[in-house]
Amino acid sequence: MTQESFSSRKQQQGTEAEQEFTQAQGSGTEAGVDDLLDEIDSVLESNAEEFVRGFVQKGGQ
Amino acid sequence: MDRRIYGLETEYGLTYVPSDGRRLTPEDAARHLFRPVVAWGRSSNVFLTNGSRLYLDVGSHPEYATAECDNLQQLIAHDRAGEAILLDLVEQAEEQLADEGHHGKLFLFKNNVDTAGNSYGCHENYLITRRMEFKRLTDILIPFLVTRQLLCGAGHLVNIDDQTRFVFSQRADHVWEDVSSATTRSRPIINTRDEPHADAEYYRRLHVIVGDTSMSETTQLLKIGTTDLVLRLIESGEIYHDLRLENPIRSIRQVSHDFTGQTVVRLMSGDEPTALQIQWKLLELATEFVERHGAHHESVPHILALWERVLTAIETQNYGLIDTDIDWAIKHKLLTGYAAKNNLELSDARIAQLNLTYHDIDPTRGIFHLLQKRGLATGVVDPSAIRAAIDQPPATTRAKIRGDFVKAARATGRRYSADWVHMKYEEGAGGTVLCKDPFATEDSRVQELLAIMNQPV
Repeated sequence: MTQESFSSRKQQQGTEAEQEFTQAQGSGTEAGVDDLLDEIDSVLESNAEEFVRGFVQKGGQ
Repeated sequence: MDRRIYGLETEYGLTYVPSDGRRLTPEDAARHLFRPVVAWGRSSNVFLTNGSRLYLDVGSHPEYATAECDNLQQLIAHDRAGEAILLDLVEQAEEQLADEGHHGKLFLFKNNVDTAGNSYGCHENYLITRRMEFKRLTDILIPFLVTRQLLCGAGHLVNIDDQTRFVFSQRADHVWEDVSSATTRSRPIINTRDEPHADAEYYRRLHVIVGDTSMSETTQLLKIGTTDLVLRLIESGEIYHDLRLENPIRSIRQVSHDFTGQTVVRLMSGDEPTALQIQWKLLELATEFVERHGAHHESVPHILALWERVLTAIETQNYGLIDTDIDWAIKHKLLTGYAAKNNLELSDARIAQLNLTYHDIDPTRGIFHLLQKRGLATGVVDPSAIRAAIDQPPATTRAKIRGDFVKAARATGRRYSADWVHMKYEEGAGGTVLCKDPFATEDSRVQELLAIMNQPV
């Protein structure tokens, strides 16, 4: 956002986006998937059932 | 149309997870999220300097509508910029909430359904010519859209006959009509609300509301790119291959629920092709069309090749061909892999959680973004293009006029308003400028209006 916008973080966005952009080298990097499956538990909220049940909104369009 | 205006409207799911046990209603969470927006624009419905519209929609869903775009990469970059803008708001809202003694996390999901089964959409807008007969358009387009979920469904878990099954689409179970003017009560595949935001004598809007929201940029490219190709085919008036469906709504559910693509789709003619056969036919028609007329933009060969690869993957049940490109296949690999590794049934709450957090837009914990960081999901646009799209309008459409107007009008400190077609000075003479041409990138009347706004009072 520009100087006078409602944004609070201007510098940060660049680096994050940079990390995000990776062209996959085709499929089948099984080791990569396995590593991720190991990592997933550390980023998920611990109470899965409560987390899922808590996500209720009204319908949109 | 060689040069078409596109727009994407994305509604986000919102939830607040307290770490101190104090819950917030979705309405409260949304209000906190939009506080900086209201402070900036005196409204929870604003047009930003990048030409987009940001607002709180029905059901407290934050919604981001991209500016008018005239090419696919630009459109995808602008849709992704919406995520960045909302992430920024999440950060500010969490800080504000912490100041007020609420400790927890806000989650925004780029998906289409909440846990109670409420649905919200990703609406696609395509500018089309007025002279095209709408009935003919929908006759050809509906069979494409009913089976398009094979190409670009987001993947979902659905309970069928007491069994949790992986299906192609989130949205398929939430549409009830083929073509109508309804939105929330009884959602159609194509909504007829005709707001071209252009000269209505020449243009109308095609409003497709059946699609799943895409996390993958590649899936997004295929979704919009194939639809544009089918529209070109229809616009050319060259072919009419009768694929009209006997019951589109029954078919769209059956197609979603059958992961082999072999579901029979009954046509009005009595024929019974499979979902895959319909898609192969449309791919063949599109390919021949491009051979006859040439590619109208540089991504066409890539889109046709990807279209074919997805159909081959489903036909041969070799999802590995597309499991870094297409949302449902990326998610299918993830969910089944996690279930196998942890010895879980698909009905387990942790799988449901993964199905949801795949769509979490936070780059540090959202599962799709973690996959992409590891090279397990492909991208389409460069991060610099997304970054630029956060505050710069597309340079090739009317969005340029609007974005520049918003920027300049704010700098004057005067009261103004803007929407898709109007730029207005609210305090004095000069009035309202109506910009009806979505392809125009400059308008001298808007310059004159700004000159008036810059004069001392």
